[in-house]
Amino acid sequence: MVLTRENAVNLTLAVLLLAVPLAASALGQPFYITLATRIAILALAALGLNLALGLGGMVSFGHAAFFGIGGYAAGILASHALSGEPLLFDLSGTAQMPIIWLVAVIAAGLVALAIGALSLRTSGVYFIMITLAFAQMVYYFAISWPAYGGEDGLSIAVRNQFPGTNTMRPLNFFFVAYAVLLAGIGLFALIRASRFGAALVATRQNEIRVAALGIDPYRIRLAGFVISAMITALAGALYADLNRFVSPSMLAWHMSGELIVLIILGGTGRLFGPLAGAALYVAFEFALGGLTERWQFFLGLILLGVVLFARGGLLGLLAGKTKHG
Amino acid sequence: MTISLALEQLLNGIQLGVMLFLMSAGLTLIFGVMGLINLAHGSLYMVGAFACAAVAALTGSFWLGLVASLACAAAAGAIVELLVIRRLYDRDHLDQVLATFALILIFSEGTRWLFGSFPLYLDIPPLLQGAVALPGDATYPVYRLAIIAVGALVALGLYLLIGKTRLGMRIRAGESDREMIGALGVDIRTLYTLVFALGSALAGLAGAIVGPLQSVQVGMGEPVLILAFVVIVIGGIGSIKGALIGALLVGITDTLGRLLLPQLLTLFMDPSQAGMIGGAAASMLIYVVMAVILSVKPRGLFPPAHA
Amino acid sequence: MVEPVLQIDNLVKSFGALRATDGITLDLKPGEIHALIGPNGAGKSTLIHQICGTLKQDSGTIRLAGEDIGALSAAARARRGLGRTFQVSSLAPEFSALRNVMLAVQARQGSSFGFFRPVMRDRSLIDPAMAILERVGLSDRARLPAAELSHGERRQLEIAMALALQSKALLLDEPMAGMGPEGSKRLTGFLDTLRQEAPILLVEHDMDAVFALADRISVLVYGRIIATGTVEDIRRDPAVRTAYLGDHA
Repeated sequence: MVLTRENAVNLTLAVLLLAVPLAASALGQPFYITLATRIAILALAALGLNLALGLGGMVSFGHAAFFGIGGYAAGILASHALSGEPLLFDLSGTAQMPIIWLVAVIAAGLVALAIGALSLRTSGVYFIMITLAFAQMVYYFAISWPAYGGEDGLSIAVRNQFPGTNTMRPLNFFFVAYAVLLAGIGLFALIRASRFGAALVATRQNEIRVAALGIDPYRIRLAGFVISAMITALAGALYADLNRFVSPSMLAWHMSGELIVLIILGGTGRLFGPLAGAALYVAFEFALGGLTERWQFFLGLILLGVVLFARGGLLGLLAGKTKHG
Repeated sequence: MTISLALEQLLNGIQLGVMLFLMSAGLTLIFGVMGLINLAHGSLYMVGAFACAAVAALTGSFWLGLVASLACAAAAGAIVELLVIRRLYDRDHLDQVLATFALILIFSEGTRWLFGSFPLYLDIPPLLQGAVALPGDATYPVYRLAIIAVGALVALGLYLLIGKTRLGMRIRAGESDREMIGALGVDIRTLYTLVFALGSALAGLAGAIVGPLQSVQVGMGEPVLILAFVVIVIGGIGSIKGALIGALLVGITDTLGRLLLPQLLTLFMDPSQAGMIGGAAASMLIYVVMAVILSVKPRGLFPPAHA
Repeated sequence: MVEPVLQIDNLVKSFGALRATDGITLDLKPGEIHALIGPNGAGKSTLIHQICGTLKQDSGTIRLAGEDIGALSAAARARRGLGRTFQVSSLAPEFSALRNVMLAVQARQGSSFGFFRPVMRDRSLIDPAMAILERVGLSDRARLPAAELSHGERRQLEIAMALALQSKALLLDEPMAGMGPEGSKRLTGFLDTLRQEAPILLVEHDMDAVFALADRISVLVYGRIIATGTVEDIRRDPAVRTAYLGDHA
């Protein structure tokens, strides 16, 4: 890897995210470990969305649905593992993260396939509103389905387990989330550089040209949308385990908005944009939240400023314009 | 189930539809003329409701509150257009979504700052209290009938405004060709501000008239906003006629679905299960309707010709 | 008689009362350049849209190598071997010239669902793409983003992408548009070498280029083909002279 300015900034971000919880652990400040874990997980969720939005140009305003489905996968499987009641037929719940992740990713992938197949028949504003509406449908379903807590949500009594580590220790759980984030970033980089990535990025730039070459833009977009949803769902499963709680708020449209905000704060389409954005967002929340109860008011002003005047996001400021191969 | 219950629920559905129409008319007008997607439309609904509740509490008159809600929402809309929105017309939809999302945060927290976190309540004005008789021993509140009447009047007014006046002619010209209207010498910036203020006033009106039926609180605009999105996606973005038909369709489907689906399911399962599954299914019904319509007509029922 | 590569029969398309395509029958034989000319508003664009699949005809058939492609999507037609260029250059502007052509090579190879192998290390994409850029004379511009190429270079890149598809038939939509006299001459010479690779349906306003290249010419006026024939036939045809060529010939 060439050490460009962007790579240097990326590396610094990755190292900082690792250093903060290590230092916090040494200083006996577990709160900061949780903060860093939250950053890693939100970054992963936004990374998933960035595949659809940044690479594919699909402004999905419904990714909270996949985030929440991931969360509920963790919550539901854990609750069945605890109660011992079978989930479906003879299948029982589980508290093993790898299995939970697999279920979360598959479930979200299937839902994304259905939502994407319909939404991607449209484009532009229609796509934005339809993804929002379908996510809202999932949200209302979660609220009105009483079996798993309905409006009140579902607690996870004991954090789910990862083989070979005690996830109840905050630092260990951070390591799990951090490793998954790095794997996600690696996967994103691989996909972006691949034939599929080329087709996806080209479809964003010029759909008609791509079709004239014989590549079906709809299928490329749909595949991109599904992969994007799967990554966000994985983050959702981790988020539920971080909070040991899952509720319809994970599915709410504010969440969809926040995921987009993370990408824009960081820099659209960039590999480390979601991480930069998540770090900035959680830092805002923490710093402003400490000063005033009304921190969202100021977040709104800052966001407005970024959209109107600083469209490259944080990485745009730090690392300069993007270069294209 | 009796006929009167069905009639009552049908009227409730129409009343919800009318309220959604007031919201969607502004949204779809703003998109049709300026090509802007405005998430903060729900905030203007909230502004209308708070203005009405605050002025009504201060003066004791719902009617003064109603005037205040129109004025405040229109003014808030105009100010927002001047400060923020007009910088977004040439931007892509992503920027519009983000900037108007930021406006929601500002409006919501700002309102909480001014009014606190507790909901306000509005009373139905004395003139519209009471109920009328429905066939079969039931009654229906006058106030809800009045809402339906207001919606019908607004629909008629918009039809006349857009079809018969100079302003309407400019709006139609702006929809079909933004550059041409500029070339004709119409001050397009003023026109855009006017259209945005008009859309905002309609949202404010919707918020104010719904105020007496529910509590007035921060965040009240958001569920309505999303329903309004469903409405204009079904109706065809940019079409007022589509907004009217879409709004009634969504209002009636949602209300009757919640009544009928659980009852329908009792034919197949025991009542408690039917209530649970029926309730969950009813909450998803309008989205299913939207999906079906989109799979047949991806640009909605009445897509504007030029889009 | 040789089987035509592209065969269009009795194609009709109306917009309201206007018959933009009024019963067009047209074919493209192996090894030929068939030019389609006509005044503005004759319905050339509408016809191209229907052949390429971005607009659906009301009736009539379109066959490519004997297969009816009239109901297929634009992408499916391209996969069957119908390559095209656009009147206004249509490229992936952020991609380099090389990556634009690589995308075409990738499309020809038929798999865009590879997720892990980096394209920039894939010789099976880079080598053929570079070879084609070499042929159209763009190899020294390979690394520049398409958006930064000159107008003429973008036209060349369009043709490079069409070539990379190794299509059965090529549809070139005004390839000379906006080229200076020098560029047009060079491009004419280049297109002359292509007809053996794939027959070309050439839509063009530049009459010098058309008369220099075409084996056959069809003249489109008000949605109908009023004449088809060799360059000499068309030059002599009285109907064509009155309807269209009057001041040129």
